[in-house]
Amino acid sequence: MQRDAETVISSPHIHSGASVGGVMRRVLMALLPGVIVSVWFLGPGVLLQIAIATLAALAAEAAMLSVRGLAMRPFLFDGTAAVAGVLLGLAMPPLAPWWLGTLAAVFAMVVVKHAYGGVGHNLFNPAMAGYALLLVCFPFAMKAWPVPGAAVWTADVLGAVFPVDGSRVDAVSGATALSFVRDGLQGMKMLSELRPAEAAGLAAGGAAWVNAAFLGGGLVLLAAGVIRWQIPAGFLAGLIAVSLLLHLGDAQRHASPLFHLMNGATMLGAFFIATDPVSSPVTPRGRLVFGLLAGAVVVLIRRFGQYPDGVAFAVLLMNAAAPLIDRYTRPRVYGERDGR
Amino acid sequence: MEVAHARGGERVSAVLRGFHGGVRVPRSKEALQGAGSRSAALPPLLIYPLQAHVGTPARPVVDVGRKVCRGELLAVPSSYVSQAIHAGTSGIIVEIAERAVIHPGGITDTCIVLQADGEDRRLEPAPPLDLGRATPEALLARIAEAGIVGMGGAGFPSHVKLCEGLSNAVRLLIINAVECEPYIACDDCMIRERAADVVLGARILMQALAASQCVIALEDDMQLAWDALSSCDLAGAQIVRVPAIYPAGGEKQLIRMITGAEVPAHGLPIDAGVVMHNAATAAAVADAVVRGLPMTERLLTVAGAVRTPANLRVRIGTPIAHLLDGCGRSAADARVIAGGPMMGTRLIDESVPVVKTTNCVLRLPAGSEQPAVPCIRCGDCVEVCPAQLQPQALYEVARAGDWDGVRELHLFDCIECGACAYVCPSRLPLVHYYRHAKSEIEALELEQRRAAELRSRYDARLRRLAQAGGAAAGLEGQVEPDAGEGPAPAPAPDRATMQAEIAAAIARAKARRAAYTPPAAGGDGDGTR
Amino acid sequence: MSVVIAMAVLAVGALGAARILIATASPLRGSHDVALRIDRLLPQTQCGRCLYAGCRPYAEAIARGEARINQCPPGGAATIRRLARLLGVEPLALNPRHGTEVPASVVVIDEETCIGCTKCIQACPVDAILGAARQMHTVIAADCTGCELCIPPCPVDCIAVVPAPAATHAWRWPTPAEASG
Repeated sequence: MQRDAETVISSPHIHSGASVGGVMRRVLMALLPGVIVSVWFLGPGVLLQIAIATLAALAAEAAMLSVRGLAMRPFLFDGTAAVAGVLLGLAMPPLAPWWLGTLAAVFAMVVVKHAYGGVGHNLFNPAMAGYALLLVCFPFAMKAWPVPGAAVWTADVLGAVFPVDGSRVDAVSGATALSFVRDGLQGMKMLSELRPAEAAGLAAGGAAWVNAAFLGGGLVLLAAGVIRWQIPAGFLAGLIAVSLLLHLGDAQRHASPLFHLMNGATMLGAFFIATDPVSSPVTPRGRLVFGLLAGAVVVLIRRFGQYPDGVAFAVLLMNAAAPLIDRYTRPRVYGERDGR
Repeated sequence: MEVAHARGGERVSAVLRGFHGGVRVPRSKEALQGAGSRSAALPPLLIYPLQAHVGTPARPVVDVGRKVCRGELLAVPSSYVSQAIHAGTSGIIVEIAERAVIHPGGITDTCIVLQADGEDRRLEPAPPLDLGRATPEALLARIAEAGIVGMGGAGFPSHVKLCEGLSNAVRLLIINAVECEPYIACDDCMIRERAADVVLGARILMQALAASQCVIALEDDMQLAWDALSSCDLAGAQIVRVPAIYPAGGEKQLIRMITGAEVPAHGLPIDAGVVMHNAATAAAVADAVVRGLPMTERLLTVAGAVRTPANLRVRIGTPIAHLLDGCGRSAADARVIAGGPMMGTRLIDESVPVVKTTNCVLRLPAGSEQPAVPCIRCGDCVEVCPAQLQPQALYEVARAGDWDGVRELHLFDCIECGACAYVCPSRLPLVHYYRHAKSEIEALELEQRRAAELRSRYDARLRRLAQAGGAAAGLEGQVEPDAGEGPAPAPAPDRATMQAEIAAAIARAKARRAAYTPPAAGGDGDGTR
Repeated sequence: MSVVIAMAVLAVGALGAARILIATASPLRGSHDVALRIDRLLPQTQCGRCLYAGCRPYAEAIARGEARINQCPPGGAATIRRLARLLGVEPLALNPRHGTEVPASVVVIDEETCIGCTKCIQACPVDAILGAARQMHTVIAADCTGCELCIPPCPVDCIAVVPAPAATHAWRWPTPAEASG
């Protein structure tokens, strides 16, 4: 039977040509518009953070592959490490010191990805797990987002990212619109008192533009068939539903759905983070459930939590539930009467 | 979605439904969809495997050395699900022996080998049946005698399908001309050239089934075939065109599209009120019933890396190497496949013969084989699976050897269409895992059935011995009456004679053993010495 | 002092919990149908190489904890694996004292030499030998388990072991190369 293992080959004998690398390359392409708009509003620090996280992720991936005795070629350039690195870089405050992004990327690759068995086996989204580590360990550094404007282009970005002698460049940093509104509301202020500031933050921060750009890239991914509609649609529907309910309940104490859609990592999360195939459910119905719950949790964390944004924790929380969701959303098999 | 189940299929749905999943594969058959057929050269040897894909092997009725004409019976069905085999040309039976057959493992099977004499004399055809008067039984008998089996799929004997359909009062007949696999265009060609025979065959099949409705299903890119059929007197049959999405020609998918009903799991089309026959089968039925010709020839597509791709009229039993010689091989390094690229069998040996179900011989140039990488759970396989299974979950459990797990995930509803493996970005050999799991489970079940049988025999013996023991306590030597042919203690008529006989036998055995050492026995030393 | 008491209480508590865990870890132990479930996994050759009178007695011995799960050569590694899974224990290597795992075999009677003594018929545990006194005997190949129990009693050594006829569905799809590589 030894002979059989080499000569016996099952149909199908042709292949569509799809590959993991191809999927990831298209994801990277679709991220481009969002990256460009982010750079426009937040300065060259964004590119620096992406470069740091991506290089660190690739280096950690290569190191783990060699430690585990796996082939470099099919895995290192399959794009999975690069996508994780880029997502992580986008999540970083543009002026964060270099070792923060490096630490997160190494943690994402070594602990979250390879300790669970490498590509395809990780329970959690590596980029978000790395980001969550930083949020928990270095909350202040992670809250220091620059106030958008011309200053981001004139600031000493290199000095901030590669600090020497403990020098700190935090002149341009301030609260994002999300943090500002949340802190204000939790401080028992009324939304109407914050409105002008919120509006200013919105406009100046360009968060709406960044979200629009990621939405555009996400729709391209959807049209190209790289991702399916269930997770983004569920995510946005869950986000809108919960924020609308809260807003209708007390418009003075809860921001509108529009505010949630246009701020923070909403679109990046809906189209690029929650759609990570490995850590999300596989069944179509399961993906819808996953998206709905993740979107709902995002609003709850944003409103009642302490972190700058809720996307990372919402996605990680739902990652943990993905196997369970898959189990209870099995499709009905052709000719069978029930779904189990 | 609520789906009508058993017996819902008697009505043709007013609108064409979709089926779940499916994938658009390159058609690779445009050139052959306009071309005519031609006859393949007669090979020097025709080879007929006795074992068909399903059922029991046919029983040969000719001996080596027998001279036969084309159409003469070589083997008869050995059971209800079995087929008759007829000589494809005139010649002499030179061998009934093991030959390589179309099989993924390249195994051999018993075959009748016919050497052509080149004269190609034909046996007098059987008298045509009068369609006005023929009963379903007469038609079924003729179809069985002609050795007709399904020419598109698994090669199920056609008369068995009809017989089951007749006894289940099936009313809808579907003629399947949906060639959803890439490259294959022989049914398209056959319909263009013999549309009238297909319609006639469909009429005969309806009569044999006592069916009231007939649908002929084509793909929407088979314009010329549609024109040819439309110009015939359809006599109530309806032509339906389905989208060219793989696997639209799958039995279960086509039934779903046309009737809106589903074939129940582990069921047959008749459970959905449908009998389905391939278009080529319909034409073969017309040949058998009105021309008295048994099935000795079929149309098949030779495509891929060959100089002249063609739809060839080929005698059943022709070695595939002979067809490839005729068409010319155009790339040195290629995989030869019997059937289509999605479900066909990769051949280890090109000398295997064409059988009644072989609709295509394909030479695929050896592509750059990319290694499989781990599953990323992208879910593309779930999207395309026409059986609505979870291929990625099945893969995980099949790989782990968890046979209970694969059954729980409905592995046996998998039709092995290959859509999942075709789209898999990780290039996992998904179908291979499913086939491996299926054959392991089937082997295990066989083993368990045998163990259960042996256990009951062992228990029966223990019971009998216990009863015999009880009886012996009261009445020594008396054997329990219903011991059957069991181990009755030998009544010794004459002790001395017996002993002499035994001594003589032992001496004989010793002499034999001295002269000849038997081959090493399979058992260990324990009980044999 | 109170530290010592606390540690003692904890130790006793932990031991008690451990006992409960051990007692519940093997739910099969002592239940009535264990022997039947074990028997269902045995190959039913009834060959006695396990040194019990047949598969059922061996199953009962395993259930009583007298026999180990690695005493069945016809079942081989696959049976040991299944038994281990059923009983929740580690699989063991086949004990060579009971024989080695060999391909399935059956016996045939050389009908010319057979004297019709019926000794083999009485030895056959599954009634797979047909014949009567002073009549030629023959083995029903489909029912023969290859246990070889008929061989020692035969006074004329007319029984030979041959490989079992290949089943119709003997060919199996091998494990894909991807898995072995």
